[in-house]
Amino acid sequence: MSVTSVEPRSTSAPTGSRLDLAGVSRWYGNVVAVNDVSMILGPGVTGLLGPNGAGKTTLLHMMAGFLAPSRGAVTLDGAPTWRNPEVYRRLGLVSEREAVHTFLTAYEFVLASARLHQLPDPAEAARRAIALVELEGAQSRRIGTYSKGMRQRARVAAALVHDPQVLLLDEPFNGMDPRQRLHMMDLLHRLGGAGRTILFSSHILEEVEQLSGTVQVMVAGRLAASGDFRTIRRLMTNRPHVFAVRSTDDRALAVALMAEPSVTGVELGQAGLTVRVSDYGAFTRVLPKVAPARGIRVRQLVPEDESLESVFSYLVEA
Amino acid sequence: MSTVSWITARGLLGRRRFLLLFPLPVLLILLAVLSRALGVDPGEWGPPVLVGLGLAVVLPVIALIVGTGVLGAEIDDGTVVHLLTKPLPRWQIVLPKLAVAAGVTAVTVAVPLYVAGVLASSVRVGLALAAAASIGALAYCAFFLALSLVTRRPVLLGLVYVLIWEGLLGNFVSGTKVLSIQQYVIALADRFAPTELLGTDVSVPVAAVMSTLIAVGFTALAVDRLRSFSVAGETS
Repeated sequence: MSVTSVEPRSTSAPTGSRLDLAGVSRWYGNVVAVNDVSMILGPGVTGLLGPNGAGKTTLLHMMAGFLAPSRGAVTLDGAPTWRNPEVYRRLGLVSEREAVHTFLTAYEFVLASARLHQLPDPAEAARRAIALVELEGAQSRRIGTYSKGMRQRARVAAALVHDPQVLLLDEPFNGMDPRQRLHMMDLLHRLGGAGRTILFSSHILEEVEQLSGTVQVMVAGRLAASGDFRTIRRLMTNRPHVFAVRSTDDRALAVALMAEPSVTGVELGQAGLTVRVSDYGAFTRVLPKVAPARGIRVRQLVPEDESLESVFSYLVEA
Repeated sequence: MSTVSWITARGLLGRRRFLLLFPLPVLLILLAVLSRALGVDPGEWGPPVLVGLGLAVVLPVIALIVGTGVLGAEIDDGTVVHLLTKPLPRWQIVLPKLAVAAGVTAVTVAVPLYVAGVLASSVRVGLALAAAASIGALAYCAFFLALSLVTRRPVLLGLVYVLIWEGLLGNFVSGTKVLSIQQYVIALADRFAPTELLGTDVSVPVAAVMSTLIAVGFTALAVDRLRSFSVAGETS
């Protein structure tokens, strides 16, 4: 395995392309997939985070000119992306669907992309792109024989062959092993650092956390949050939590917990207590003190809404 | 050879679907050879084999398989995205693909028709059939290629056109023959080499003009549809 000293080719083209979404909506009949989303993407790596079905792919397809917005406009440096093949000189797309010409080798596949881009030196561009994703060792094998992660890298190489200013990736880490994932993150980091505009979608918080400082969070077709990742992360951890608690004396515990400032509500039910908490950290410190002091043993403590969807829907309300 | 036609040819000839092209032309040649060997009068076996099988079945079915395949297969498996994320005017995608489709169809159909034509009558009739079938291949392929961009079920709709419109209605309602590529091919072949084996009500000028209109019109439609090609949304 060679050291990745391959740097993205620097071009004389002005760096820093801007992808502009202005009030973009897309609906299918009565179903609204994307609802009035506005954002500006500049150089650097941006994560598009959201649960499955939030409209991330639909939004990406509109950015990439593969879907007409029902309302609003998507422009790349002022030019619309819809019905305008010229934008692909500056834009690359890695779609989620694992579609490759399996009958070609990776080199042929990337070379064909370079030729279709009418690059001055397609062979050199193809070699460079393949080196960038570290696929040299397998480049003369048919893509049909590749693992999922390798196919993904072949597709990334094809999308990078013309050194685009803007690269859009739909769930790029799906199906990659940890090493490939790290390598891909490193590659996107370097591209972002070199002034490219990189947008990748993901439904996994940790991926976005590791890769990008800026995030756009989508929930149910709307842009729920946007900006610095740490700010959003804080919003997520400080949100109200709900716990299901069972103990030897639920009623007495309920009385005791109501006295605590971190607790905002307690409900006494057949299956135990439902405790609403405003401060996650304070509550988890207080409970182990309060219960033994009254001779109550806590049998079960289960956080109730830790799913990503509930985290996201909280962000929508915030 | 352009990169688009190179990928198209690789995709077409590399898939197993390609084997579907062989049985019909082989059957056509077999029937012609058999009839000739058994000494059947060409006036008897010529029309059913040359027209009934060759022009009414082999040509449109091969064109259907190839024409809907050159772009439709890539749309089905999603690889068309690789082609579309390139700064190419869309006609530079449609025309090479149409050329490959029409070329492959013409070769696959013209050769057995030439052989059958020679066996039934003369080299001239064979050449006329081959030439007319090649023109027909272009018109059919333009039509089926456009169909693969207009509907998600191009093969089904194409079959309905070939079997119901050209095959069935053409026999009962003579007016539909004016909109039948099959009839244009018969008229053109008969013009190239007048023979009593071929007969149609469609005049040669109509056939020539309509073939051109269909080829040009459906190609233009395909270019326009490809320009607004939308990737289907996730169904999950």
